[in-house]
Amino acid sequence: MEVFGLYNYWIVIVLMMTGFYVVISRGNLIKKIVGLNIFQTSMFILYISMGKVRGGTAPIIVEGLACPEGAVCYSNPLPHVLILTAIVVGVATTALGLALIVRIKEAYGTVEEDEIQSQEVET
Amino acid sequence: MLLSFLAVMALAILRLRNLLAVVMLSGIYSLLSAGLFVTLDAVDVAFTEAAVGGGIATLLMLATLALTTDEEKRPAERLRIAPLLVVLATGALLIYGTLDMPSYGDPQAPIHRHVAPRYIAEAQSETSVPNVVTAVLASYRGYDTMGELAVIFTAGIGVMLLLGRARKRRDD
Amino acid sequence: MHRHSVLRVTTKLLMPFILLFALYVQFHGDFGPGGGFQAGVIFGAGFILYTLIYGVENARRVAPEPVVRVLIAFGLLLYIGVGYAGLLLGGNFLDYFVLAQEPEKGQHLGIFLIELGVGTTVAATMVTVFFTFAGRGRP
Repeated sequence: MEVFGLYNYWIVIVLMMTGFYVVISRGNLIKKIVGLNIFQTSMFILYISMGKVRGGTAPIIVEGLACPEGAVCYSNPLPHVLILTAIVVGVATTALGLALIVRIKEAYGTVEEDEIQSQEVET
Repeated sequence: MLLSFLAVMALAILRLRNLLAVVMLSGIYSLLSAGLFVTLDAVDVAFTEAAVGGGIATLLMLATLALTTDEEKRPAERLRIAPLLVVLATGALLIYGTLDMPSYGDPQAPIHRHVAPRYIAEAQSETSVPNVVTAVLASYRGYDTMGELAVIFTAGIGVMLLLGRARKRRDD
Repeated sequence: MHRHSVLRVTTKLLMPFILLFALYVQFHGDFGPGGGFQAGVIFGAGFILYTLIYGVENARRVAPEPVVRVLIAFGLLLYIGVGYAGLLLGGNFLDYFVLAQEPEKGQHLGIFLIELGVGTTVAATMVTVFFTFAGRGRP
């Protein structure tokens, strides 16, 4: 049980490293953005899974919830708040990155990193 | 279980070269993670992730594909060993780091002992808002949220500047 | 998308419900799951669905771009304005206690206004970003 209790962190790390690998090994800029999104979502899962309390429920106060004295009945609301805003900010910044990619495509005619670099070297 | 699905999905994204399929898979990936957030009691987050990841982000990527290309170039033939090594080393170090972490769902974990109990205990009486997430978002951490909103505002302006202006130039 | 009559009719049927649901999420966010960020993205997604089916030109007629651009700024300004209102009424920046007679009422009002600001900016930004991307395709 003690070892299995860390399973969530391990999956998060696998996801994070997959995203990281996509970002550093692929030359296609759109694929890089998808990789960054994978990385970002793994971060969200890390925070949210840390906020979970076994036997807890969503942090919306309900009158008359049978909660034994001294026990924690609601999951931690703080990570939820942080991640909630992070998701929307994430999509806004993704949109900005995609806009940059569209401009790069118009300027260079390609979205592959090495082709852009060779064009830069030629000029 | 859902976590394992997510890992499979991420690996599939890594392998595929057709960008259209990659984008669709990343939409499914977001939707799966939204389901995961529900099981982790984060209903507000799941809401947002489903609407953003499954809807808007996927659509924006599709729009980008329409404007650029939907096929990734075949990567260089030789196996690039350096990125793989870096990733494996980082992953191993991170897993070593998790051995000290509190186990999943532990109510005694340090994260649950500091400010969260106060939020849960006082939010209802101080703000008369039963949804603690809303209360913390708008009231206790109002400055944070204002900053986030400013970031979204700036990103929106940035997209308009990057893509909006050239269209006008082409018009005249 | 002129030939897909099923899609067109379904979209028309769904639109009011999506927008109504977004408003519900916005204004019921104090009591159940929901709030400005969620409502903003749902509202934006509703408009984006309309744009997908009926084209950018029709969508621009429903939500004229200058109006949407003003709304982006309006949401942020409403947020900051609530902060300054607290300042002017004798509290600190973003203090809601002073907005009404009783502190709890003031808090509730402040949270409500701030969520409204968040929702407006998020929805308007999403719609604008999508319009910009979609409008790029045509010469």
